[in-house]
Amino acid sequence: MRRRVLGFQCMFPNLGRASPRRRIPLGTITILQWPTEVILLKNLVRTGEEMGSRERRVVFVTVGTTCFDALVKAVDSDEVKEALLHKGYTDLLIQMGRGTYMPSKVSVNSTLQVDYFTFSPSIADYIREASLVISHAGSGSILETLRLGKPLIVVVNEDLMDNHQSELAEELANRKHLFCARPQTLQETVEAMELNNLLPYMPGDAKQVVTLISKFLGFPVD
Amino acid sequence: MQMGVDALPAACYALPVLVSLLTIRFFYVLWRNGQPSSRPRAAGLRCLIVLGSGGHTAEMMNIVTTLQKDRFTPRYYVAALTDNMSLQKAQVYEESLIESGGNKTVENAHFVQIYRSREVGQSYITSIATTLLATLHAMWLVIRIRPQVIFCNGPGTCFPLCVSAFLLKALGLGWSCIFYIESIARVKKLSLSGLLLYKLRIADQFSVQWPQLQQKYPRACYAGRLM
Repeated sequence: MRRRVLGFQCMFPNLGRASPRRRIPLGTITILQWPTEVILLKNLVRTGEEMGSRERRVVFVTVGTTCFDALVKAVDSDEVKEALLHKGYTDLLIQMGRGTYMPSKVSVNSTLQVDYFTFSPSIADYIREASLVISHAGSGSILETLRLGKPLIVVVNEDLMDNHQSELAEELANRKHLFCARPQTLQETVEAMELNNLLPYMPGDAKQVVTLISKFLGFPVD
Repeated sequence: MQMGVDALPAACYALPVLVSLLTIRFFYVLWRNGQPSSRPRAAGLRCLIVLGSGGHTAEMMNIVTTLQKDRFTPRYYVAALTDNMSLQKAQVYEESLIESGGNKTVENAHFVQIYRSREVGQSYITSIATTLLATLHAMWLVIRIRPQVIFCNGPGTCFPLCVSAFLLKALGLGWSCIFYIESIARVKKLSLSGLLLYKLRIADQFSVQWPQLQQKYPRACYAGRLM
C-alpha cells in the first residue's frame, strides 16, 4: 500500500499540491486498482482543492548579491520547512545570489512548494508578492522590505569578517520592526514569531540632511 | 659660483618662511573647515558625488534626488572601477531628469571611474601598490574636476578623494566643502573612512543617521534617517 502511494505520486507529482485546474481527468481512474486507489485519489484531489482554493502564502528568501550558502542551507532544511508549513506558508522561493548550494525542489514530508533562482533585476516585485521575507542583513534588502511593509526575518551572516551588518538588523529588531536570527536559530525564530508584535517602519527622507547642507553652504532655506 | 653662494643663504631664509606659511595656511584651513559659509550663494556649485556598492549608492541617490538641482550643478559621479552598477543607477536618474525637464541637463552630469585601493581578499603586499595608485588617481581627479562640494557616505574610495581635496585646500589651490553622511548601516560605530575623516577633521559637515552614534561623536550632526 505504502509503495503504491509513492509510485502513484511519482506518476502525478503535482497531485498533492495541484491547483483545481490541474486536477487529473476522471478517465485516469480506470487504470488504477479499485477501491483503495480511488479512495486515495479522492483524498488527494480534495487536498488539491483545499490548497488551490486557499491563497498562496509565499516565503521569499533573498541573499542579495552576496554568497550566503548557510542561509540557503538553513532554509532548505526539513526543520525550517516544517516550521514554515506549520505557520501556514505554501510556497518557498529562494534567491540564492552567488551561492553554490542548490536547494532541493522536492521535499518528501511536506507540501511546501520550493523554487529558486540566482539573480533578478526586480527583487521588489518578489517582495511585494511575498507574505514573509527572510533576508540577509544588507541594508538595501532590509529597508526595501520594510518600506513595502512585509514581515521580515533578517539572518545575519556570521562568516563575514567585518560584521557591521548585524548592527542595523539588531537595532531594528530592538525597535520591533523585524526579527533577527542566525542561520542555526532560524527554525526557533520562525516557530516563535508573532507577526502581530511587529511595528510598522516609517521610512525617513533626505530633506533634513539637505537642509543642513544648504544652510552650511549659505543657500537660503526654503 | 658666486650665484651658488648667494642662492644658499637665500634658500636658508626662504625655506623656513615657506614652511611656516604653509603651516599657518594648514591651520587656517583646519580652523576654517566646518565653518558655515557667511556669504549667501546663488550660482551652481560643481559637486563630486562618491558612489559605492553595498547600499552606499542607494543612500547617496536618495540625497541627490532631494538636492535642488540648479544649486548643485554640474554633478560628477564617481564610483570604483570594478563597480558597474552604481554609475548605471546614477545615469538612469540623470536621464530621467533630462526627460522631465528639457535637454540642458545633459552636460551637467559626468560619470567618472576611480581605481579602488583594495579589492576584497587582496593580499596586503600588493595592496600597498594599489593604494598608492588609487591615491594618485584620486588626486588627479580632484585637480582636474576642482569640486566645490563633495558628497560621500563611506565607501573606501571616498577617503583618498577627501584627503586630496583637503591637501588642495591647504595648498590654496581650491576650496571645497566636504559633506560626509554616515551610512544607515552604522548604528554603534563609524566606518573606517568615517572615523578617519571625523578624527582628522577633514569633513566640513559630518552627519550620522542614528542618535546614539551622535552622542558618541559630538561633532557630528543628526538629521534623521535617509531611508
